[in-house]
Amino acid sequence: MKPANVAAASLNRQAQLIASVMFLIIGFALSTASHAQTTKVAAAVAKAKQDAAPPKSIDPTLREIEKYREALADGNPADLWEARGEDLWKQKRGPNKVSLEQCDLGLGEGVVKGVYASLPKYFADTDKVEDLETRLVTCMVLLQGFTYEQAKKAPFGSADNRSTMEALVAYVTANSRGTKMRVALNHPKEKEAFEIGKKMFFHRGGSHDFSCATCHAQDNIRIRLQELPNLTKQAPAQRAYTSWPAYRVSQGELRTFQWRLFDCFRQQRFPELDFTSQGSVALTMYLARNANDGVLTAPSIKR
Amino acid sequence: MNRREALKTTGGTTVMALLVSAGLISPEEAFAQAPDWNKNAFDTKNLNDTVKAFGGMTATLSKDISFVNAPDIAENGAVVPVGVQSKIPKTEMIAILVEKNPNSLSAAFTIPDGTEPIVSTRVKMGQTSNVHAVVKADGKFFYATKEIKVTLGGCGG
Amino acid sequence: MSDPMRIRAQIMGGAVDVRVLMAHEMETGQRKDAAGKTVPAWFIQNVSATHNGKIILSAQWGPAVSKNPFLSFRFTGGKVGEKVIVTWVDNKGDKRTDEVAIA
Repeated sequence: MKPANVAAASLNRQAQLIASVMFLIIGFALSTASHAQTTKVAAAVAKAKQDAAPPKSIDPTLREIEKYREALADGNPADLWEARGEDLWKQKRGPNKVSLEQCDLGLGEGVVKGVYASLPKYFADTDKVEDLETRLVTCMVLLQGFTYEQAKKAPFGSADNRSTMEALVAYVTANSRGTKMRVALNHPKEKEAFEIGKKMFFHRGGSHDFSCATCHAQDNIRIRLQELPNLTKQAPAQRAYTSWPAYRVSQGELRTFQWRLFDCFRQQRFPELDFTSQGSVALTMYLARNANDGVLTAPSIKR
Repeated sequence: MNRREALKTTGGTTVMALLVSAGLISPEEAFAQAPDWNKNAFDTKNLNDTVKAFGGMTATLSKDISFVNAPDIAENGAVVPVGVQSKIPKTEMIAILVEKNPNSLSAAFTIPDGTEPIVSTRVKMGQTSNVHAVVKADGKFFYATKEIKVTLGGCGG
Repeated sequence: MSDPMRIRAQIMGGAVDVRVLMAHEMETGQRKDAAGKTVPAWFIQNVSATHNGKIILSAQWGPAVSKNPFLSFRFTGGKVGEKVIVTWVDNKGDKRTDEVAIA
């Protein structure tokens, strides 16, 4: 046998040996999966927070505010919404007295783990692109028998008027913590939603002639002491999107991404953004896709 | 059923509300405090008065009380993390006061033997203010102070 | 009916580290609602935590404790599996008790 072939053959054997050792290791890893999984998620989130954290400010005021935000991170009231959301997910509700456990959020019926990272996406049963809240509305209607009006009623809760939607969103997104954003643009409608969202982002309108870009397309600007992320750049776009939903201290409530867009429209003096409207989903598609590879830390806590 | 008995029920039933609606107790009585609540202490407007409400005379400044997990600036005064650690031997109580709040005392913790003299919670601050950590140890009162600034955040995020 | 507390009790650095998140509005009695009416004070007044029948922490709170209150403290002598029980009582007489096993 020629030397080259002998070398190749022994390399091949080496590769086989390495492969079998790898399989053994993976086997071990899988068997201790569940405990490892929890610590793995925690580690991923911690690393994500570290990577995602903007470089520590030189400005001492901003550095102190960062410390405040870090101090808030433990004991996040969002956990309370997550617990309520889990109950609502499993509860038999609506005229059909069915739970949401058969709802397909994009990764198969009843699969909750990791779904938020791939939304919005196209769904064949409704023939449209849906974000998480739109999809939850769809399931409440198609599975549980609610009307669209009932499912979309009072999406943003208050102390006396709790929102089912916010609790469900908290539960579902908590199950995607640690996952990397991976929004696809495969289906023509997904591509279309992205383009519409992009147009909306740069579109000026309303009484003040604002666009999203007015506040979110420059570096190093702020309103009072709130930094405004430049959503046209990858790192800030990842950081911003992956921190929603969040417990908003100033609201005393857990707020979702649909709420964030609704409130931006309000601040821009735009007409009211309809809950789960095509426009809201398109904007979400644009911003979520731009956040690809960012690691989800939501539900988080913000001032 | 008197107020004390009503308060012993468990499960979160609003017995008081029922008693009020049944006309058995007045709304004022219903909103009265739980048996172990020092109403006077929660009505005081400054450090000295709070100490007096807890049975002391004055509090001595102490370097053995430190603030932990308490930032210098709070983005939202509705939730300000404040942790207090006491290194004073025989610490039996730790209290958190916000000087410029309508009433100074936010919370008072009783520390039994076997529990470390360190507590953390979150308090509301109406504005930038001195925050006092008051410690009762071996019958005497001590305190430390830290100023926490409360800012007004912007619109978004 | 109030929502359950979220309690974590873990052995850390030789003591049991307890963290509690409570669901409560903690109304100060100073806020006015949309109609201009003052929202009445409604807040947790007493908190107590026990372990093996012994009180490990008790607290008196005023309305200046934040909404959805968070509390953390540490005590010694707890073993894995033993229960930590936390109770709160508010100024309306509502009460809530939840427990967790030390991990």
